[in-house]
Amino acid sequence: MADPQPAPLLALRGIGKSFLGVRVLDGVDLDVAPGEVHAVVGENGAGKSTLMKIVSGGYSPDEGTVEFAGQPRVFHGPRDAQRAGVGIIHQEFNLLPERTVAENVYLGHEPVRRGLVDRREMLDRTRRLLASIGETALPADSRVGQLGVAQQQVVEIAKALALDARLLIMDEPTAALADQEVELLYGLVRRLQERGIGLLYVSHRLTEVFDLSSRITVLKDGRRVTTVDTARTNTDELVRHMVGRELSNYYPQRADPADRGPVRLTVRGGGNRKLRGVDLELRAGEVLGVGGLQGSGRSALARALFGVAPFTTGDVELDGEPVRLRSPRAAMRAGIAYVTEDRKGEGIVARQSVLDNALLASRAVFAARSGRAARTARVRELLDAVEVRAAGDDQEIRFLSGGNQQKVVLARWLALTPRILLFDEPTRGIDVGAKSAIHDLVRRLATDGAAVLMISSELPELLGMSDRIVVLRDGRIAGELPAGATEEDVVALAVGAVREAAA
Amino acid sequence: MRVAERRPLPLRIRTDGIAPIVALLVVLLILVAFVQPDFLAPSSLMSFLGRSAPIILLAAGQYFVIVCGEFDLSVGSLVTAQVVVAARLIDSDPSHTWPVVALLLVGGALVGLVNGLVTTVLRVPSFITTLGMFLILVGAVYLWSDGAPKGGLSEEFRRFGRRAIEDVPLLGRIPYALLVLVVVAAIAVVLTRSDFGRTLVAVGDNPRTAELSGVRVARTKTIAFMLSGLAAAVAAILLGGYSGVSFQAGVGLEFGAITAVVLGGVALGGGRGSVVGAMLGALTLETLFALMNFTGVSGALRSTVQGVIILLAVAVSSLRSSSSR
Repeated sequence: MADPQPAPLLALRGIGKSFLGVRVLDGVDLDVAPGEVHAVVGENGAGKSTLMKIVSGGYSPDEGTVEFAGQPRVFHGPRDAQRAGVGIIHQEFNLLPERTVAENVYLGHEPVRRGLVDRREMLDRTRRLLASIGETALPADSRVGQLGVAQQQVVEIAKALALDARLLIMDEPTAALADQEVELLYGLVRRLQERGIGLLYVSHRLTEVFDLSSRITVLKDGRRVTTVDTARTNTDELVRHMVGRELSNYYPQRADPADRGPVRLTVRGGGNRKLRGVDLELRAGEVLGVGGLQGSGRSALARALFGVAPFTTGDVELDGEPVRLRSPRAAMRAGIAYVTEDRKGEGIVARQSVLDNALLASRAVFAARSGRAARTARVRELLDAVEVRAAGDDQEIRFLSGGNQQKVVLARWLALTPRILLFDEPTRGIDVGAKSAIHDLVRRLATDGAAVLMISSELPELLGMSDRIVVLRDGRIAGELPAGATEEDVVALAVGAVREAAA
Repeated sequence: MRVAERRPLPLRIRTDGIAPIVALLVVLLILVAFVQPDFLAPSSLMSFLGRSAPIILLAAGQYFVIVCGEFDLSVGSLVTAQVVVAARLIDSDPSHTWPVVALLLVGGALVGLVNGLVTTVLRVPSFITTLGMFLILVGAVYLWSDGAPKGGLSEEFRRFGRRAIEDVPLLGRIPYALLVLVVVAAIAVVLTRSDFGRTLVAVGDNPRTAELSGVRVARTKTIAFMLSGLAAAVAAILLGGYSGVSFQAGVGLEFGAITAVVLGGVALGGGRGSVVGAMLGALTLETLFALMNFTGVSGALRSTVQGVIILLAVAVSSLRSSSSR
């Protein structure tokens, strides 16, 4: 366990937080000493972001205390936290591209002389600030929009320092950086350390975590699993801490390998802006799981196959015939359906009725093929079959629970009798009962001969549902795993730990 | 598979949210009945409906555009342009009447097509697209007619806007404009219940979802603009007949139509509302103006009243939708 540090800069004690009755953080303790880099790791949904938002004033905790610089604090919003000396560098930068570096750094607290902004003073201060963190090459008067991603990140950091930040939170700081830029960030982090600034470093990439941090806290399902000294642990142990949970949920029985049908869909060398060299085969009757971290290209793969952001290189074959899936309509005509991850933003039309939602795709694409009455009757049957619970067909879908909304979306696609179904996080935000109903439906579709591709961030779901699993990393397929693989196998492939060779 | 228990639909009339506008209209009519009882006599009421037909048609056209999340500011100047063009082409020759009517309809649809393509293909916000079209049409019509309307409309053409079937039992008279309105309104209602109509509302509600469900969003919106242009052409035919040829023929109608649509419970930004509500909104607005007239309120206040209505209606609808979340 951690050594007792002298007078921590930040001390979290027993932090708990719930959203709509769902506990996302439970009794989390965490210390950051001045000049320490403390890494926070965990799977998607482990509670990292929520914890960081609590430290930076975005949320207030339901339970527990935040002590900063020896004082118990309750931050009322991000500005309050900033004033107290907590800065946060988000993955998405918060900069004004049309303004200069100096203007961005001093945005909202510009040095003033005789009631006017003192531009020279602002430039001077910015230069001194940049010099103090070794960034002399960055011109204080250049437009931020012209800078590269790495330099913009430096501006973000300078912005926090201009507010006298003593604690900096970095959320996946290397996600947008190229490899050589990561090196530069390392240097910057070390110089911040030397100034006595404490850093909370959130990252999926274990290499960085090992290179930079002195301690690592592992979160899982909203709880702190452990805090370890970086020097006294290794990747394997960390991965075990991140995933170690019991597989107790019920999942429908997998397909017998003998029952798997012919290859429906083949991708060879598929690539686009987010994917590179993807080779994939999808068979009738199977559920192919797709694992990987956020941003690894999982959704991009589904979107390429559905023609939303098509492959720009490589070949796709459907039942042995080459196809070009250049739009959702083309994909639908080819018999492909896509249940999106973002149900509210891309899955439902919130203020329309259950029936209108269920009819949306058949009206749009196959309107001429069948009579209106027959189509409506069929969709009504499907809504019954997937067991949608609503006050009636004409109830607005936004008043339904997440699970029922998802069933309506499913009915919309089943009305087209698709032969290939792409599911992106099909059970996200859905209660347990509806979840297993959707699992059963997905499996039944495969049993009835559909080829199913299912993306999931939830490892138990991925492992419980899939007949095979491919894991993506940085837009490539990092490896394939058979049914019966462990969570450790998936995570190791996803984060690029040593075991890659074995896969 | 098991059949889910779904509660049977409670027996009720599908109102699609038009109850408030109906209530408002009834209140206004009651007020009118106190101030000017003659107004509610059948023949005067029929004439009023005939006079209101153009703005009701424009509101129906505007409905299609607004419910898919766009605006059409060009309809007022389109009406003016059509009236002026019709006068010059007919040049008081009755034999030109029907070809020119056909030409106006095609022209209206074409203007809508351009509005739609510029909005969807060039991705110019429709507010700007149709404002541009508004200005282009104003300028073009002045240029084409050298600053003063020329020619004249034939009596056959004017008949639609100013004549009526007289001496009808009970009703007194039925203006031709009202007949045109009834036909167009019926077509509009059928359209909104068709696959196209339902898809159009879905596009206004969430274009991303629609696109990912195979809807051709650009095409759908473009058709909506064309419907608005067509409605403007029909309105121009009626207005030209009723009030004659002038550069003022269509002034301000776009705002009247938008006010009416919003008053009728159609959400700006799209996704909610019915065409019946939009048309009732127009009728309510006209009734309000009639009431103002009877009570001696200055006609100069018309646009102020429209402005207040638009602000109130949008404020009420956004308060309602934010409280129901």
